[in-house]
Amino acid sequence: MIPEIGQVTLMGALLISLAMGILPLIGAYTGNQRLMKVGQTGAIAQVFLVGGAFIMLTWAFVVQDFSVEYVARNSSAALPLIYRYTAVWGSHEGSFLLWELVLCLWTVAVALLSSKLPDNFRARTLGVLGLLSSGFLMFIIFTSNPFTRLIPSAVDGLDLNPLLQDPGMIIHPPILYIGYVGFAVSFAFAVAALLGQRVDREWVRWSRPWTHIAWAFLTLGIALGSWWAYYELGWGGWWFWDPVENASFMPWIVATALIHSQAVTEKRGAFQNWTLILAITTFSLCLLGTFLVRSGVLTSVHAFAADPTRGVFILTYLFVVVGGTLLLFAIRAPAMVRGSDFAGMSRETLILVNNLLLVVMAAMVLTGTLYPLLLDALNAGKISVGPPYFGTLFAMLLVPIALLLPLGFHARWQADKLKRLAGELALPAVVAVVGGIVTAVFLPSAGLWGIFGVAGAFWIMASCLVYYRNRLAARTGNRPSRSETGMILAHFGVGLFMVGASLTNPTSEEKHLRMEAGDSFELSGYNFIFEGTRMVRGPNYVADEGELLVYKNGERVASMYPQKRRYNNGQVMTEAALDAGLTRDLYVGLGEPLDETGTAWAIRLYHKPFIRFIWIGALLMMAGGFLAASDKRYRRAIAKQPARNSGMAEAPA
Amino acid sequence: MTPTRKRRLIAVLLIVAGVSVASGVAFYSLQENMLYFQSPSELATQPMPPGRQFRLGGLVKPGSVEKIGDGLTTHFVVTDGPEEVMVAYVGSLPDLFREGQGVIARGSLDGGGTFSASEVLAKHDENYMPPEVADALEKSGHVSATPEES
Repeated sequence: MIPEIGQVTLMGALLISLAMGILPLIGAYTGNQRLMKVGQTGAIAQVFLVGGAFIMLTWAFVVQDFSVEYVARNSSAALPLIYRYTAVWGSHEGSFLLWELVLCLWTVAVALLSSKLPDNFRARTLGVLGLLSSGFLMFIIFTSNPFTRLIPSAVDGLDLNPLLQDPGMIIHPPILYIGYVGFAVSFAFAVAALLGQRVDREWVRWSRPWTHIAWAFLTLGIALGSWWAYYELGWGGWWFWDPVENASFMPWIVATALIHSQAVTEKRGAFQNWTLILAITTFSLCLLGTFLVRSGVLTSVHAFAADPTRGVFILTYLFVVVGGTLLLFAIRAPAMVRGSDFAGMSRETLILVNNLLLVVMAAMVLTGTLYPLLLDALNAGKISVGPPYFGTLFAMLLVPIALLLPLGFHARWQADKLKRLAGELALPAVVAVVGGIVTAVFLPSAGLWGIFGVAGAFWIMASCLVYYRNRLAARTGNRPSRSETGMILAHFGVGLFMVGASLTNPTSEEKHLRMEAGDSFELSGYNFIFEGTRMVRGPNYVADEGELLVYKNGERVASMYPQKRRYNNGQVMTEAALDAGLTRDLYVGLGEPLDETGTAWAIRLYHKPFIRFIWIGALLMMAGGFLAASDKRYRRAIAKQPARNSGMAEAPA
Repeated sequence: MTPTRKRRLIAVLLIVAGVSVASGVAFYSLQENMLYFQSPSELATQPMPPGRQFRLGGLVKPGSVEKIGDGLTTHFVVTDGPEEVMVAYVGSLPDLFREGQGVIARGSLDGGGTFSASEVLAKHDENYMPPEVADALEKSGHVSATPEES
């Protein structure tokens, strides 16, 4: 009974989303207050209905209702309770329901927190969010219904994919989706601005914290994904330039450009159209990512053509959303006002260059991701684009970004002098050179890219510290605001990330070898002693568990227990063992037994220096995003001054 | 020219120059890093030069998997029915590597016609067949492209 109620609830949500997608827009056009109000009430009703449907699906998993096809496919009687909750988004249908739920949560947050915005602008924003939501609800109801019954009902389920039975998988998709879908807010804002034909600096200021929060969540989601792939897939890598990863990285790059461009629009009134275009592009890439990951087009263009319902729906949705807004942009954008002037040497120019580099980077990832699909669709041969393509271009574009980054936040708005900048940045330059030399001397295996990468990272981090020290020491002016502190924190995180990214790959050591109980092997100064394996039993698997003792200079530093699991449904999984440290990770994977008695095993040993810096850097970026979003100037009343007047108290730069 | 116009002109020129350089490098890099997919049958009709990297896909021929020396080197035969290719690989095989199952190997041919693999990918789960492999098997007339078990 409950699954049927869930289905009806979703249909109710669809009707409400259609109402809130259409009525407020009409209201804003005709000036009808009552129609405009539908946006707020609709958002609240919608979140209750979709939330209810989500709870009902969760309930079906918890009580193990195998008469629901989605549950039967993604759960089993032996599945531990915690994974029954997370199995809800373990596959296609449920993850779309999660997507929709997150969209409803963002929408209701907008409805509740936007009372300071002008009524018609608020109604348009909520209307656009309602339209987006109705598209997704239609997709769920008509092509991916998670409540479909299985007749006859299954006795036991097929179990959740073992790869997903992991703590990292519990949080990775929701966090990633909160980020992805959060950009719907800045998208809706951009479309509302185009419909109303005005971009007001006050409104841009209102939309900034939303972008920051979405960006921070996306950063965390990508970092979690990378960390999960690192320890769960058992290959010891942290980024593979896999199309699924690229799908989340492309919106991140453009969103980063958007954050910078929004800063210019808020502070200086310039780049208005550019900010709108970036907001539209970011969300379009989020939709494209969803399409790539979910339509099956990646596994094969032809498999997609064989069962196209879902793919065609998302593609149509994508086409309507992207095409519609770009058309709107083409008609409306030229009518909008332009911002104040700036000199060749100014923060505006540097942010413009930053934006160009980031957009080129996103375009290059997009090309490498879509090119194989294009050739395949044209029957021009099956190719794959190797990671070196992405790696080379990414590193090449990172060089100018790293070089110019400190100039960006040290330069003043409107106009600055190179001489003054040189004075401020002399110390960071020295630190960078010293850092490069120290790396070359003590870690020659880092190679040229590693040495220059560390130098670049020190250049950025030292500039951050110098900037912050100068701000604290300044006699005049305000204390650094939260948005400034967040900005510095995030850029410092970029530096830490660069340390990890440039040192880990060249200095890592790995060894595949055959080990029998009692064998030992020395890798990078660590002595690994293999003590043999034993059988262990988990809730829905049995495993061979190896034991390795690790010694350094005669002292035990770690005991590691890698597993080879065989799940009840027959799937085999390698569960690597990790010993994490700030400057190095030890990583052991258990391969296959090499003899009949099971005493000799294929074993992979890794020593990965500085890999934690990659994720610590990403965490700092995320923290910077949240901190900046909490700045109190975003909470200041907007309606105090007439909306037309874009002049405002100049916030400290 | 007014300063504003001049500045705009410089900006536009810089953008055009930057984008052209970037797309040139991207295109070159794309050409360099393209990996073609070949089935044993395709390889028989249009051989790849030794040393050239590509991806080879097909089924692991039952009975062909052989551990060499200390057991870390594996030799096996990849087949799509009519043709087969010998593969040598050093290292741990993926969890789902099994005889009779679909596999994709990345590497190059050595002088003797053996495919020396630097990476071996097996299917992700029991029901999944790498799409390239399924396609190739269909083309070569090998009917049982999809495994029966579930």
